Amino acid sequence: MSLSDFAPALLNVENPVPDGLVDPKGRPAGRRFDVYRNNVVHSLSEALASAYPVIQKLVGEDFFKSMANVFVRQFPPSSPLMFQFANEFPTFLETFPPVRHLPYLPDVARLERARRQCYSAADADPIDGTVLTGATPEQLMSARLSLHPSLRVVVSIYPIFTIWENNNNDIQKPLPTGGQDILISRPLDTVNMQTLPKGGADFLRALYENKTLAEATDIGSETDGFDLTSNISGLLAAQILIKTTM
Amino acid sequence: MTYATQSNIPSLVGVGYKTQHIDDINTNSGTVKWLEIHAENYMADGGPLIKQLRHLRENFPISCHGVGLSIGGELPLDQDHLNRLKKLIDWLQPGLFSEHLAWSTHEGGFLNDLLPLPYNSSTVTRVADHIDQVQNTLGRQMLLENPSTYVAFKSTTMDEIDFLSDIVSRTGCGLLLDVNNVFVSGTNQDYSPEDYIDRFPVEHIGELHLGGHAEDMDDHGETLLIDSHDNPVVDPVWKLFDRLLARSGPKPTLVEWDNDIPDWQILESEASRATDALGRAA
Repeated sequence: MSLSDFAPALLNVENPVPDGLVDPKGRPAGRRFDVYRNNVVHSLSEALASAYPVIQKLVGEDFFKSMANVFVRQFPPSSPLMFQFANEFPTFLETFPPVRHLPYLPDVARLERARRQCYSAADADPIDGTVLTGATPEQLMSARLSLHPSLRVVVSIYPIFTIWENNNNDIQKPLPTGGQDILISRPLDTVNMQTLPKGGADFLRALYENKTLAEATDIGSETDGFDLTSNISGLLAAQILIKTTM
Repeated sequence: MTYATQSNIPSLVGVGYKTQHIDDINTNSGTVKWLEIHAENYMADGGPLIKQLRHLRENFPISCHGVGLSIGGELPLDQDHLNRLKKLIDWLQPGLFSEHLAWSTHEGGFLNDLLPLPYNSSTVTRVADHIDQVQNTLGRQMLLENPSTYVAFKSTTMDEIDFLSDIVSRTGCGLLLDVNNVFVSGTNQDYSPEDYIDRFPVEHIGELHLGGHAEDMDDHGETLLIDSHDNPVVDPVWKLFDRLLARSGPKPTLVEWDNDIPDWQILESEASRATDALGRAA
């Protein structure tokens, strides 16, 4: 037999046990093959649960397990780097009919994915924000700011930060009305999150694309209520500045 | 091309490193002499795990165990993955590097399990070619581990020891003998684990593994052992370990416990039992 019959039969229970697999007495392998089927699906489901613990909490363990059974068959890992497994999960949740009544779920999953990516992103040393205070306003506005490689931003029309916090920490904070945009970063060893002020996500994206502070301010200002000072202090509080080019 | 064995791993006991044990490891009483890591967990761009490993290697000899190369697979080895492995090995400089006689990747992707292959003249050539490629890329010797298996192949024409010996003579690789896997496969495949131990080419052993398994049953009510790494090592495996050591003398020995990970004290007591056995064989 070719191993290329073996692999699809692991993920598709309706496929028969491949020919040529036997027990030591030469009888068809039967349940023995199921050990591999179970190992594969179980290990991938566990990996999914450890990547998306808050989603598991939101839908419950039993439901999560059934959903994982569907997901891991559709999206098995593309490489042996399991910390990258299941990046398709947020999009999967958008199209999985049984969770259509939970429209915030995909964005909460995006937040969990961003946290995980942030955790294993490249390292860099944050610099002290005082370099900004010493500059003239002209120097400052023409400066380009390099941001920490662990930086991730998730925007949502749902209050996903509070949903995440409540479920991760078993607390009951009242949900704010409207959405939350979140900055996720790991300046040192811990993944930190903070909600972004109005226009903050666009402002950060512009900086990330190496635009000047003046250009990024223009882009941020397209959102009503954008305030440069609170955005800069948020950026400094998050310790995500690693270089300034003036 | 063959590569010399070059190891700073002592013929004493190590454990599989789990991040939840970091504090215990830093204050460990000295039973555990070295640590083994799974290569694929340290292939990210950065982050605390890698930082932790850089610190650990200052205090412990480190052995590196790959779980994703798919050496037994029909596909060519994934060159990107091999390059990532080389990058890790180059900075980590582990005392030993080992991988499995198994496969895990096929056209549809990575299956996160160690899957079996038939043993015959075409698979022995393929595995030997893959091992040559790994050793030439890394510029060092690797160890190949005997698997736990649950099914047999009609297309198998060689027994496992002949297969492994052939691979060693073709590639110059070393062997990692997992004693629990011998017990699991022997039970599942209806051969004597003792005979396997007695025939094993001990002169090529670079490392030993000990671990726990679970018990199940096949369609015909025969015992089927599952290599679960979620339990203490069972007495029959300790006996096989003694039997092996009487032939091989002390070798670097790893206690593996990868699922339902216990408190450090439990792992340490397993390590201590293995240390006693190595002491008796010295």
